[in-house]
Amino acid sequence: MKKKLYSEAIYRLLIIVIAVFSALFVGAILLLIAKTNPLTAYYVMFTEPLSGKFGLTEILVRAAPLMLVGLGIAISFRSGIINIGGEGQILIGAIFGTFIALTFPDLPPYILLPLVFIASFIGGAIWGGIAGWMKAYLSVNEILSTIMLNYIAFQVYMFLIRGPMIDPKEVAYGTGVPQTALLSKNAWLTRIIPASRLHAGIIVAVVLAILVYIFLWKTTIGYKLRAAGAEAKAAKYIGVNVKNYLVLAMLLSGGFAGMAGAIEVCGVHHRALESISAGYGFSGIVVALFGGLHPLGIIPASAVFGLLIVGADMMQRSVTVPASIILAIQGLIILAIVSSQIFFSNIGLKEKIMIKLKLMKSGDKDDT
Amino acid sequence: MSEIISKLEMKKITKKFPGVLACNNIDIYLKSGEILALLGENGAGKTTLMNVLFGLYQPEHGKIFINDKQVIINSPSTAFKYGIGMVHQHFMLVPNLTVVENVALGLIGKRIFKLDLNKVRKRIEEVSKEYGLSVNPNAYIWQLSVGEQQRVELIKVLCLGANLLILDEPTAALTPQETDELIVLLKQMAEKGRSIIFISHKLNEVKAVSNRVCVLRNGSLVYEGKTQKHSVATLAEKMAGREIYMPTLKEKSQANSPILEIKNVFAKGNMGTMALDGLSLTVSKGEIVGIAGVSGNGQKELADVINGISHIERGKILLNSKNIANLAPQQIINKGIGYIPEDRMHEGTIPSFSVKENIIMKDYNKKPLSKKMFLQNSIIEKYSQKLISNFDIKCPDNKTMCASLSGGNVQKVILARELSRKPKMLIAAYPIRGLDLGAAEYVHEQLLEARSENVGILLISEELDELLDICDRIAVIYEGKILEILDRDIATKTKLGLLMAGIKNEKKAI
Repeated sequence: MKKKLYSEAIYRLLIIVIAVFSALFVGAILLLIAKTNPLTAYYVMFTEPLSGKFGLTEILVRAAPLMLVGLGIAISFRSGIINIGGEGQILIGAIFGTFIALTFPDLPPYILLPLVFIASFIGGAIWGGIAGWMKAYLSVNEILSTIMLNYIAFQVYMFLIRGPMIDPKEVAYGTGVPQTALLSKNAWLTRIIPASRLHAGIIVAVVLAILVYIFLWKTTIGYKLRAAGAEAKAAKYIGVNVKNYLVLAMLLSGGFAGMAGAIEVCGVHHRALESISAGYGFSGIVVALFGGLHPLGIIPASAVFGLLIVGADMMQRSVTVPASIILAIQGLIILAIVSSQIFFSNIGLKEKIMIKLKLMKSGDKDDT
Repeated sequence: MSEIISKLEMKKITKKFPGVLACNNIDIYLKSGEILALLGENGAGKTTLMNVLFGLYQPEHGKIFINDKQVIINSPSTAFKYGIGMVHQHFMLVPNLTVVENVALGLIGKRIFKLDLNKVRKRIEEVSKEYGLSVNPNAYIWQLSVGEQQRVELIKVLCLGANLLILDEPTAALTPQETDELIVLLKQMAEKGRSIIFISHKLNEVKAVSNRVCVLRNGSLVYEGKTQKHSVATLAEKMAGREIYMPTLKEKSQANSPILEIKNVFAKGNMGTMALDGLSLTVSKGEIVGIAGVSGNGQKELADVINGISHIERGKILLNSKNIANLAPQQIINKGIGYIPEDRMHEGTIPSFSVKENIIMKDYNKKPLSKKMFLQNSIIEKYSQKLISNFDIKCPDNKTMCASLSGGNVQKVILARELSRKPKMLIAAYPIRGLDLGAAEYVHEQLLEARSENVGILLISEELDELLDICDRIAVIYEGKILEILDRDIATKTKLGLLMAGIKNEKKAI
């Protein structure tokens, strides 16, 4: 049994490494076209972030929101609903949290911070819940509704930080940068490593990941959620109200994305500003898939994605590669990893490869 | 059209899959005009062997000869070239296309741009006349019944010029009447010189249709000989490798106090019409009541409304004299009704969940399996191990996904779960459909044991043998009503058959 788990782990690692390498290979062609040496570029991308305090802390700064969004995505996917609306849910969560922080600046941190997070959770949950409710009771395809809600959220968010909630100083100086006023220090997440941007949000995220794991696999509600997602017909048969659980899944999923918004506001920027979601709503989906839709897999997966993002930034600066190529390489890696899922889900294919690699004898088969 | 296959031989065919020897050194032969039945339990290697013949799999060893010439069949199109056609268990038809268009699909490829549907239609008419396969070529597939779709499949392979037909469990989805029609058709085809390989584990059909029988067990050919020489019982024995006794009811039911009373129930089906049209029925404690009927006469709706999965419009459903109609499924489960649903793979179990998680599907929220919302893993572990050994569920461990179990073992998971809850009343819908005899025997034994423990059982089935074997009374359902209820001593296949067709007064009918 132990040996089986061991060879399983080697197999997974191998497939992912091969996937990443093939993506980098295609990326190398792009870099060559841009007249850059791919080897130096990649060297920078993968060693620089790991070779200093700055890089390492920055990876974790990115990992925190990715982890939260990824957790939400895992809950929704496990419940049979595909949430593409992370971006919008982050924005609504961020603005709810910011509103609370700006309204009660004098509350002590141990009251204000939880309040901000709860408000963000509620904001994201409302935004996700709308799509969940429409799916359950009006049969609206959730992929469409969540994407469309992203646009609406963006416009609402921009209206608020440009208009009613804009920093009074921006108005006074006439610069008009769309951002809210700086939050009072009571709403700032503690920096856990001095002289870096690394804040306590990463700890919050890891704790929540463990809680989500317990929730999904150790509680009866989690059991019902997973049953509704895995086989709605069977869930009905055992008396689960599948529609309500779809809505619940989207409330939770949106709520987690909303808290990612709060983490960015309270941990990094200390105000709500234009590009606060930074694409985390989408890359969170990949993090969730990469982590096997499992909360404990999402923890390392978000760190790997943090590395990709930070590494790409550094590569852009030190090798002067155009930013668009960086985005293309990130996209390639995501594509490769998502496509490599077939090697995990197709059991026949997996067995063939594992036997070829001598990770498994033809005798021991998974099933009967 | 390709050359007539007057003799087909498969010699020493061996096919391995990771961890399984699916076919082990199998020799079979077939002459024109012959119907060969390929018998075996689930997983015996029947389908694999035929997929080798049809070019879907390549064997590790072995050769195929047609008319004494060796041939290499490496794809279905090569198989067609040699005149071999296969009708799969699950039909390969496009529902949104007409019969003509579906047949034309198989012919496409010869000419890419030209599609002469009139020519195809003519060919279909020829073929259907020759073999008596009546079908409307312009009908859409979705408009056809399962039996008609099967005929379209047959026409399709015949239009492609098949001389040798492989039918993989062709009767699995057919009603008894449709099965009888199919058997007549196949015999006619054989008389015209076609040869047929008939894969099945339903012995009555094999007996009725085939000239010769080959029995496979665990990938090896264990018997080959004339069908006539054997009774159903001896064939069953060869198939299972042991004697099989389908259990039957011995003593009459004693109990008379009703457990489930259905009174004048009306309910809508999926189509919005009244699927249950004033149905009344009573089941007593310690009694098995069978529901016989052609599927689509309200059986599914009946099972669903009793279990609260769909609602009734009017009427009463009483359990122990208390109305349970239109309660939530959860409440009905708690009141002690067990349900073995028709769709065991997607309703009765969650395929991607482990055996352990499937076993607790109805009790996950009760003490001691969970406490205050938290699942108690160590107790669940013990409980599932106990059920796995009590019900002899064959799985590597309790973390195996249900999707990778055989049909018989999935049904055992459901039985284990439902019976261990000590239900007062059990609804079993088609509990042995698609199972091999060994597994069917087990299911029936369990149902009879539950009956002896005073459980009331409602058994929905299409197989009259099953109903006659173990039911105290058999109710015939027709268009959403119970047409008549027969006691076991007066029920016969003929009587039930007539009633199932909606003919109530048999004197008039005969």
